Amino acid sequence: MSGHDAMVSGNGRARKAALPWPLAVGGLLVGLHIVVALLTLVWTPYGVGDMAGGRLEAPSLAHWAGTDRLGRDLMTQIMIGSRIALLVGCGAVALGALIGVTIGILAAFATRTLDDVLAAALDILIAFPTLLLAMLIVASSDGASLGTAILAIGIAGSAIVARLTRILAKRVLAMDYITAARVAGTGWPGIARIHVLPNIWPTLIVNFALQFGLAVIAEASLSYLGLGAPPPNASWGRLLQEAQASVYTAPFGAIAPGIALVSLVIGLNLFADGLRDAADPTRRRSR
Amino acid sequence: MSTLLSVENLEIRTAGRVLVSGVSFSITAGERVGLIGESGSGKSLTALAVLGLLPDSMRASGSVLMDGRQIVGARDRDLVPLRGRSVAAVFQEPMTALDPLMRIGGQVGEVVRRRAARDGRKPGRAEVDAQVTALLERVALPEPGRVARAFPHEISGGQRQRAAIAMALACRPKLLIADEPTTALDVTTQAEILKLMEGLVRDEGMGLLFISHDLPVVATVAERALVMRRGELIEEGAVEPLFDRPAHPYTEGLVAAARAFDAALETAP
Repeated sequence: MSGHDAMVSGNGRARKAALPWPLAVGGLLVGLHIVVALLTLVWTPYGVGDMAGGRLEAPSLAHWAGTDRLGRDLMTQIMIGSRIALLVGCGAVALGALIGVTIGILAAFATRTLDDVLAAALDILIAFPTLLLAMLIVASSDGASLGTAILAIGIAGSAIVARLTRILAKRVLAMDYITAARVAGTGWPGIARIHVLPNIWPTLIVNFALQFGLAVIAEASLSYLGLGAPPPNASWGRLLQEAQASVYTAPFGAIAPGIALVSLVIGLNLFADGLRDAADPTRRRSR
Repeated sequence: MSTLLSVENLEIRTAGRVLVSGVSFSITAGERVGLIGESGSGKSLTALAVLGLLPDSMRASGSVLMDGRQIVGARDRDLVPLRGRSVAAVFQEPMTALDPLMRIGGQVGEVVRRRAARDGRKPGRAEVDAQVTALLERVALPEPGRVARAFPHEISGGQRQRAAIAMALACRPKLLIADEPTTALDVTTQAEILKLMEGLVRDEGMGLLFISHDLPVVATVAERALVMRRGELIEEGAVEPLFDRPAHPYTEGLVAAARAFDAALETAP
C-alpha cells in the first residue's frame, strides 16, 4: 500500500501491512538465537563434555564449527552459549529495568533535596566501571555463578536506566496534560502509570534492547575473565578465552563464538530500532 | 449566591523576589470572571496558586479558600480529592494539553472513570464509552466516534482544545479555570471555542475564571473583569463600565490600544 493511501485512511489499519525491516531482520536474528537456546534444552549435536572428535579440528560436516583443544564439539558449546547469553541478558535487563525505572520515577516525583541526592548517587554509580563493579560483587559472594553475573550486570545497568528514566519523566511532567491530570485529581501513582510510563516507554524500550546487547557483551567479558558462569555452562566469553591460545593455528575457534556474539548483539539493536518505531504512534504514519 | 472561590491578600514569592502581592478577589457560583493583564503580570501564577500547583521553587502566602477549603500551605495529597470535584482547568497550548500517546477517548474516559470512582461507582466499559461520546458531542466535535479513536496529532488544534474542554467538563467542576485557552488558535476557531465555553459554563452553572491578555475576548466571555499589572490587582468591576470608563490609567491604556487596533482593522482596505 502506498504512503498516500495510508494517509487517506487516517488512523486505519494500513500500518500493519508494512513490517519495518530493522524489526524483521533483528527479530529474525534474535529469534534464531532463542530457537537455538530452547533447542539446547532438549537436544544438542553432542554432549557438552563429550570429546567427540580430534583436538582443534577444522569445521567439517561432523563438527560444523570444529572442535576445541580437548576435542569437544564447538557448535554444541556455542549453542549452549546462546542460552547462557540470553538468560544473563534477560535477567540483567529485567533486574536493571526494575531497579532503574523505580528509582528514576521516584526521583522525578521526589522533592528537590531527595532528587539531588538520588541524582548524585546515580552519577557516582555510572562513573564506576561495570566490570569493576561485577568483580566486586563476584568477589564479595561465594564464587562466580550465573546469579552473580546477572546481579552485577543488572545493577550496573540500572544506574543508566534510572538516570534516563528520571530525565524522560521530568520532561513529561513539565507538560500541560500532567497539570491537567493533577487538576482533575489524579494522584502521582496514577500519573506515573497512565501518563509518564507510556510516554517514556518507547525510549526506554530502545534503551533496554541496547542494555541487552551490552549485557551480552558484559557477560562474555566476565566469562573471559573467569568471573562468569562456571563450566559446564559454555559461555561465548570462555570459548573466546580458550581459543585465544590457539588463535593462529585454529582461528575458527575464536571466529565461530565471535559470529554468534555479534549476530545476537546486532539483532538486538536492530530489533530495538524497529520496536521504537512500532511503539510510537506519531511515527507510524510516516512508514 | 454562595462564594466558590475567595482569594485574600495572596502573595507569591520566589527566592528573594515578590511575583504577586496583595491580590484579593472572589468568585460566586455561576459567575464568569475575566483576569486581564500583560505577559508576566502574574495572571497564570495566580491561577496556579488557586489550583495549588505552584512550582516547588515558589511560595504562596495569604489565603485561597476554594469551596471552603484552604489551598495555601495545604499538602498536595490533601488537595487531590478537592481537584476535579471543585475545580478543573483548560490550558493555553492544545498540543501539550493532551497526552500524545493516548487516544482522545482514553483520556476523556480516564477522567470519567476517576469522577465515577469518587462517587463510589465503578462504571463498565460501555457506560464510560457512552459518556465519552456524549461529552465529545457536548463540545460540538464532529464525528465523536472517530475523534475518540484518534490520537491528538491526528486532529486539528481547535478540535484538540475542544477535547481538552471535554476533559474539564467530565470532572463536572464547580469552577472552571481557563488559562488563555484560545490564544494558540486562529480567529475563527477562537470565536467558536469562546461561544462554546460561554454556553457550557452557563448551562452547567459553573463558575469561570478566564485568563487572557486579550480585552475583546474577555469582554465576550466574562461578566466581571480583574486587571493585573506587575503582580498587583489594579482594577476590577463589571466588564462594560470597566471598559467604557476605566479608572486606572493602565486599564485606560489597554482599552485605548484595543480600540486603536480595531479601528486600524476597520479602516484597512
